[in-house]
Amino acid sequence: MSGYRLPQGGSHLDRSRPLAFRFDGEPMQGFAGDTLASALLASGRVLVGRSFKYHRPRGVMGAGPEEANALVELRDGARQEPNTRATMTELYGGLEAASQNRWPSLSFDMMAVNDLLSPLFSAGFYYKTFMGTGQATWHFCERFIRKAAGLGRATHLADPDRYEKTNAFCDVLVVGAGPAGLMAARAATAAGLRVILADENARAGGRLFEDGVHLDGLAPAEWIDGALREIEAGGGRILPRTSVYGYFDGNVLGAVERVADHKRKPAPFEPRQRHWTIHARHVVLATGAIERPLVFSGNDAPGVMLASAGLAHATRYGVAVGASVVVFANNDGGARTAIQLADLGVSIKAVVDPRREIDPALAAALGARGIRLETGAVVAATRGRKALAGIDIRGFDPISGALGANVMQPGCDALLVSGGWTPSVHLASQAGSAPVFDAALQSFVPGAAREAWTAAGACAGTLDLAGCLAAGLEAGRTAANACGKTAENRDISLPALSGQLAGAELPFPLFDVPATGGAKRFVDFQHDVTADDVDLANREGFRSVEHLKRYTTLGMAADQGKTSNVNAIALMARARGLTAPQVGTTRFRMPWTAVTIGALAGRETGHHFAPVRRTPLHDWHVAKGAEMMTAGLWMRPRAYIGPGETLRDAYIREATAVRQRVGIVDVSTLGKIDVQGPDAGEFLNRLYTGGFAKLPVGKARYGVMLREDGIMFDDGTAWRLAPNRFLVTTTTANAGAVLAHMEHYLEVVWPELRVHVTSVTDRFAGMAVAGPQARKVLQAALGEGDVSTEACPHMGIVRGRIAGAPVMIARLSFSGELAYEVYCDWPAGLAVWETLIEAGKPNGIMPYGMEALGTLRIEKGHITGAEMDGRTTLADVGLGGMASRKKPYVGSTMTQRPAFVDPERPVLVGLVSRDGQAIRAGSHLTLPGGGASLGHVTAVTWSPALGANIALAFLSRGRDRHGEVLEAAFPLKDERVAVTVADPCFYDPDGSRMHV
Amino acid sequence: MRIHCPCCGPRGVAEFSYGGDGTVRRPDLSVTDTDAHVAYVFERENPRGRHVELWHHIGGCRHWLLVTRDTLTHEITRVEMAGRFAGEAARMPGAGA
Ligand SMILES: [Zn+2]
Repeated sequence: MSGYRLPQGGSHLDRSRPLAFRFDGEPMQGFAGDTLASALLASGRVLVGRSFKYHRPRGVMGAGPEEANALVELRDGARQEPNTRATMTELYGGLEAASQNRWPSLSFDMMAVNDLLSPLFSAGFYYKTFMGTGQATWHFCERFIRKAAGLGRATHLADPDRYEKTNAFCDVLVVGAGPAGLMAARAATAAGLRVILADENARAGGRLFEDGVHLDGLAPAEWIDGALREIEAGGGRILPRTSVYGYFDGNVLGAVERVADHKRKPAPFEPRQRHWTIHARHVVLATGAIERPLVFSGNDAPGVMLASAGLAHATRYGVAVGASVVVFANNDGGARTAIQLADLGVSIKAVVDPRREIDPALAAALGARGIRLETGAVVAATRGRKALAGIDIRGFDPISGALGANVMQPGCDALLVSGGWTPSVHLASQAGSAPVFDAALQSFVPGAAREAWTAAGACAGTLDLAGCLAAGLEAGRTAANACGKTAENRDISLPALSGQLAGAELPFPLFDVPATGGAKRFVDFQHDVTADDVDLANREGFRSVEHLKRYTTLGMAADQGKTSNVNAIALMARARGLTAPQVGTTRFRMPWTAVTIGALAGRETGHHFAPVRRTPLHDWHVAKGAEMMTAGLWMRPRAYIGPGETLRDAYIREATAVRQRVGIVDVSTLGKIDVQGPDAGEFLNRLYTGGFAKLPVGKARYGVMLREDGIMFDDGTAWRLAPNRFLVTTTTANAGAVLAHMEHYLEVVWPELRVHVTSVTDRFAGMAVAGPQARKVLQAALGEGDVSTEACPHMGIVRGRIAGAPVMIARLSFSGELAYEVYCDWPAGLAVWETLIEAGKPNGIMPYGMEALGTLRIEKGHITGAEMDGRTTLADVGLGGMASRKKPYVGSTMTQRPAFVDPERPVLVGLVSRDGQAIRAGSHLTLPGGGASLGHVTAVTWSPALGANIALAFLSRGRDRHGEVLEAAFPLKDERVAVTVADPCFYDPDGSRMHV
Repeated sequence: MRIHCPCCGPRGVAEFSYGGDGTVRRPDLSVTDTDAHVAYVFERENPRGRHVELWHHIGGCRHWLLVTRDTLTHEITRVEMAGRFAGEAARMPGAGA
């Protein structure tokens, strides 16, 4: 016999609505209002999981976010979610959950052999075992270790649910809707402020349900509902099931609302979760406190539970966590819990307390209920492996801390433990406030605020209910004052309390009981860190809390030390002969509870991950069979694949057409910047390596910009449209970066220059007409304008009209053929394009895509982003001649540094495959037969013009190696291709084809 | 984190892009001494405490701002226009926000 449902009671329970669910495939039943944990306990289930490292049997230990043992895989299929706290999972009909980290079954777990091998898995196991043994050992062992350690499995299926993100602005954010939070929210609302009250539970109230009191004569549930109605009526927003997980700079907080996690699946169009970014003028931290376990031998046996959790399961869900219960506490809360539970009908056998005496009123109340009280005693060990069977009670000397004689060894199936309370200082700590130690509480409380927050209630170390209510009211008024409102206009009064039990809240400073019988004493249940591990970390020199945490994994990951932090610090303090404040605590990191990636991503998944930019010709490309590809945010045609064609067939056909006749390509995606002002020429002169100040109006020039460190940044052309006006083009990828670069120099570095820059990228559509027939086609398309050699020489600019639209034409070539770039207004793009195609039909004009563009530029040795990879200089790519010696420019001085003029430096070369085999991009170049890398391949293609597989590469001393035979090695595919080094300009090296 | 842009008012950090140390000055164009440029490009203090940084309001007015920020507490104590509009913060539309 273990846990069971009490005949009555349960403030959260609706006994008229039974719900069927399954755990590890076994059919079970609970009620609406249950959590998965309470329903499991009510069904008599003790064993719910296996521990992280040792695979020890574990049961439910908490009743809220502190749960470290009862982590389950919830749901199945695409919605399977690992490491879900059973205590925070609301029961719904048809719920499916499975235990984790066991094989083949929870009851018989082969991996429990780890527990026997535990000396191997002590703190620092990985470091000691694998350091110095080399990668091979680790690689061999890794798969076994990864299988043996860890918790739940994530699904590999796509998440079928939707998530939302939203922002909220408020005057006061109250985190936690317990007694302090409710009073703070009431006070702030009454002061006329915009209030958000967030609580991670389904129901507000916090531990009010467990205090056994009436407020103004009302049961807790009634009083709480009244407070919530009042806050909502005052315009406040209440967010249940919302975990405020992070406190960021500038009073910005992150929260996740579990909109539909309490259902089998979300309703149509309902998000599963909603992420809130909350901007608050003031924050009230009413996050409460978490009860501390005590550290003793076998303290992880299934059936050992926090006292507050045992009480919460009885008051909220009408569950007795055991048929025979013992309470072990170092504070009066233990006796109070025993009395309350006994009054709810739970069979309490004994209360064990290390102190010599407890509050006499409580002692009398225990006696009246026939509950045995053992003072000056501790629980020194537990019996039972898969379920608690009994405990050993020993005498205890509170002065020396030594164990005394055996008192008794009663059988019991539940042991409720309280080591005092640990305020949840996580959010305050995240906000940069170092927690300070409170000796009376034996715990940390929030330090001085660095952001605009006020802590109230248990979070600030106030443990009694009346004090929490008063502190909440005061915090609400403080928040109101901080927002410039005085709260007295419609005052809120404190409720009168009745039915409280006596007794102090403060614990006796006992954290652990000396080991007996060799059983492990756990400090961090979620990560299987024991008291011995803390001692070991100290002996091995990992003494600072930050080292202790990383060496032992204590307080890491999803748990964030909720139940373990203070005990670990106390043990380390004793080992080092220091006090707990001298040891200090780690800074807590977000998140307070685990946040799904889905909630952070929101709707920005799949197609919505990034905006898609389309040129005005997009639909035309698609209609003509183009395979589209992304280039940054842009969609560009890769190739127009005809019937029966492969991609390779298509780009070869397209590139051949450009070389032999004429082709047309959409270049609307190029970055375009309008540079205007009297100093525009001087400005470009300073940014480009070449000269631009004297560029005549009506001419364009190719230019390269460097970064300040002398590395190539971007290339493009600048068209002088008027003495004070240039149109600058950039690569598609760098359009934004070049604009920011220009703005930086104009605003910060050279504010005296009279220049203004504007992005006009999507103001102009662009298309390049290239090939021997380009002039003929363009002239035929022009309704107005002249592109004859005389009117439009190489690099010349002319204006005209096509399809009635004004166009601007520059004679520029990227392909090495006679070519023109035609720009028109964006909306006119399609009409101009179609007119050009129509005009080119007699000449066999062919649209071409990115693959053919790449082929043509590789044949010419022209560079793109593959070569301007953030490591290369002008000289490296053979453009040293473009570095003006007549003027300084950005990066000019830095190009003279020794590494940049090193003759061994890899420079751009061409490669030709010797045996017809394709060269793979990313290959490294070696001498025939192998050896050290001499360089690497940046771009490859089959060249229809040369009838060979060719590539561009960077090669050390490359200019001296033309004609040499090397190997292009790609070890990942075990490929080696024999190549001949060549000039990077494979085709028409004297440029005669574009000067016609 | 929010930055109070003198032009746009208080805006979320996602609208800004970090522009590096705001205390370094580029050598004049006429300076051809490599050491001076190396110092400008690579040499940085790593202060613990108050630091002046450049931020570009890339998703807003696109002005460059000098932001005085504490690297320890992340507190922003001052935001002003950099360079061309230095000293004109008070005349900016966001000044009263
Ligand atoms: Zn701005």
